[in-house]
Amino acid sequence: MSRMLSTVLAAASMLALAACSGKPAADAAAPATAATAAPLRGPADFGPPQGEPIHAALTSPPNVPPPIHRNYPAKVIVELEVIEKEMPISEGVSYTYWTFGGTVPGSFIRVRQGDTVEFHLKNSPTSKMPHNIDLHGVTGPGGGAASSFTAPGHESQFTFKALNAGIYVYHCATAPVGMHVANGMYGLILVEPPEGLPKVDHEYYVMQGDFYTTGKYREKGHQPFDMDKAIDEKPTYVLFNGHEGALTGDHALTAKVGESVRLFVGNGGPNLVSSFHVIGEIFDRVQQEGGLHPQENVQTTLIPSGGAAIVEFHTDVPGSYVLVDHSIFRAFNKGAMGILKVDGPENEAIYSGKEVDSVYLGDRAEPNLKAVSVAAKAHAAGTLSKDEQIAAGKQLFTGTCSVCHQANGEGLPGVFPPLAKSDYVAKLVKEDKNKLIAVPLHGLTGKVTVNGKEYDSVMPPMTQLTDDEIANLLTFVLNSWDNPGGQVSKDDVAKVRAQPPPAQATEH
Amino acid sequence: MRRCLALAILGLLLAGPTVAADHARPDYRPLPGGRFASVIPADGKAAPAVLRPFRLRTEPVTNAEFLAFVQRHPEWRRDRVPSVFADFRYLSHWATPDKLGTGALPHQPVTQVSWFAAQAYCESEHARLPTWYEWEYAAAADATRADARSDPAWRERVLSWYSRPSSEALPPVGGAPDVHGVRDLNGLVWEWVEDFNAMMTSADSREQDGADKLKFCGAGAITMEQKENYATLMRVAMLSSLKATDTTANLGFRCARTD
Repeated sequence: MSRMLSTVLAAASMLALAACSGKPAADAAAPATAATAAPLRGPADFGPPQGEPIHAALTSPPNVPPPIHRNYPAKVIVELEVIEKEMPISEGVSYTYWTFGGTVPGSFIRVRQGDTVEFHLKNSPTSKMPHNIDLHGVTGPGGGAASSFTAPGHESQFTFKALNAGIYVYHCATAPVGMHVANGMYGLILVEPPEGLPKVDHEYYVMQGDFYTTGKYREKGHQPFDMDKAIDEKPTYVLFNGHEGALTGDHALTAKVGESVRLFVGNGGPNLVSSFHVIGEIFDRVQQEGGLHPQENVQTTLIPSGGAAIVEFHTDVPGSYVLVDHSIFRAFNKGAMGILKVDGPENEAIYSGKEVDSVYLGDRAEPNLKAVSVAAKAHAAGTLSKDEQIAAGKQLFTGTCSVCHQANGEGLPGVFPPLAKSDYVAKLVKEDKNKLIAVPLHGLTGKVTVNGKEYDSVMPPMTQLTDDEIANLLTFVLNSWDNPGGQVSKDDVAKVRAQPPPAQATEH
Repeated sequence: MRRCLALAILGLLLAGPTVAADHARPDYRPLPGGRFASVIPADGKAAPAVLRPFRLRTEPVTNAEFLAFVQRHPEWRRDRVPSVFADFRYLSHWATPDKLGTGALPHQPVTQVSWFAAQAYCESEHARLPTWYEWEYAAAADATRADARSDPAWRERVLSWYSRPSSEALPPVGGAPDVHGVRDLNGLVWEWVEDFNAMMTSADSREQDGADKLKFCGAGAITMEQKENYATLMRVAMLSSLKATDTTANLGFRCARTD
């Protein structure tokens, strides 16, 4: 046994203490009073904890525990459970996460500078792995990792004093550290300055992470962790709050016009550095790394892996503001997107909204689109005639449809079906005009027989066209090339657009 | 421990061959041993481990086998075992102290067993737990090679088990045999080794002053350069977090014999 001891010493220490966070010595910090007004300050020890121990209220992302209104240092008990669980990483894609508190990122911890924190790390009995925690807000070897190495079904306890105010990342530091972090083992701890942070209307918790799965982005089914991709730093997903869609749709962050918003933005990594940006907002204040000196009027702020920032701004204009990593392929191809939905009255003095929505088709069509604007005006005035629709539709047809269906409506044999004298168009109109309207709205894929010839192709949905543009286009088609005639109104199109796409198999 | 051991041996002797004959003789396969590049260098730097020939149980011990053991040695029942030998979760997935029930199928590997219990079981088979080096050496094999660790496929197989959630029921023992005829070393459960607690010393060593810390971090970085060792290092991490009384839902064992 002894032969192994020294070697195992080194190896095992490395395993549990892979977090090599060097922390400045804090013993020189003089006791300070809480009277100064600086927003954040250097390390400070306000003496022994006072009063009854307090159990910290932890929150799941994107929520942040309420501000601490306390004027003395206390003993704060934090109980955090490590849970390994399968959750969706994207629609129809599951992943085995390792979590602090059952969520990615882990529970948000909020304490006051000078508090004595008694930390309980519990590792669920169902866990496969041992885990520990390194809090960047801890002054001490390993940030707590050395004292919190915990087997499944066990609990470790250690105590530290929160000497430095700021926003700090915590993460698991058990070997292989990268894999534990890549599986979601990170979160934020806020050490509030004694006087607290300036009051805001909303505080939210957002944390970026990169994920490595053996399958491709959005490949369905259960996806295991891919160590090679992780080592190569080529993530499959880059996500806010651990799941694609964690901050969009029903989960979007919300605020009202005229409110102040504070985001605690962390980056767990394991590999990527984030260029954090909110599309359509300018950050009034950014405290990079939670540091003392805020930068003002910031467009994009860098959040290193294993770092965090406090980002503040206020809302002027309603709308959806998109949170992104402005390394922009990550946003649109790997999932790094979130939404802040701001409700309230428009303020056109600051932002007009869309003032002009004109069709722009480039040189080929531009001079000929007068009929389109005539039709639009006529529609607005309630005087739109069938002839005006046909004229507008003809010009739109040239820009949108003629590339495939050809200017003469004949299509290309075997590839693009004809619209001229089309028995297919006639059949649809006779059966149900809505079926015809559905074609440009929802596209058409698969086999169709037109004028006795079979076509098997893909027409994409023309969703960029407005309701009256489609109405005009179809009216033009119906009244051209010996087609049966008729008229489609803007309201007809709006009704069909509101319905789900028809099953395409019924089309032929 | 000694008293318990004596009891165990006595029990075995008294029970005699009739009880043992009720069970198929466990299969042990010979492994040649030799020099082996472990993730834990024998001299703390780079020296390979040197292994004498030994025999390894082909499969992890199953619930059925451990139940038979507990019936022969009731002092290892969960309601009788002293708490210094096993924690309160010992065999807690069994329906009763002497019945498996639906939570523990006969051919699943036994889990929720302490090191003491595993060692006692192995003694009942006139065997012992394998050393870490023996286990690591055996687990380096695949179907055709004694040391397949440099093959990405080997590594992926090991790592994919780590990625599977542990909420699913354990599969039965009896995976494909490796080149030695041994099964299930990777991809089924963690397994106890005889000298697992040599790794536990880390908890104290970390508490020492910062002078050694850089060395440890450096050592970590150097070892981590060997990507294929990642998979094995996780097992070392797991074992090093344990105490001999601990039991977990994914921790079982198999036995070895000196040839």
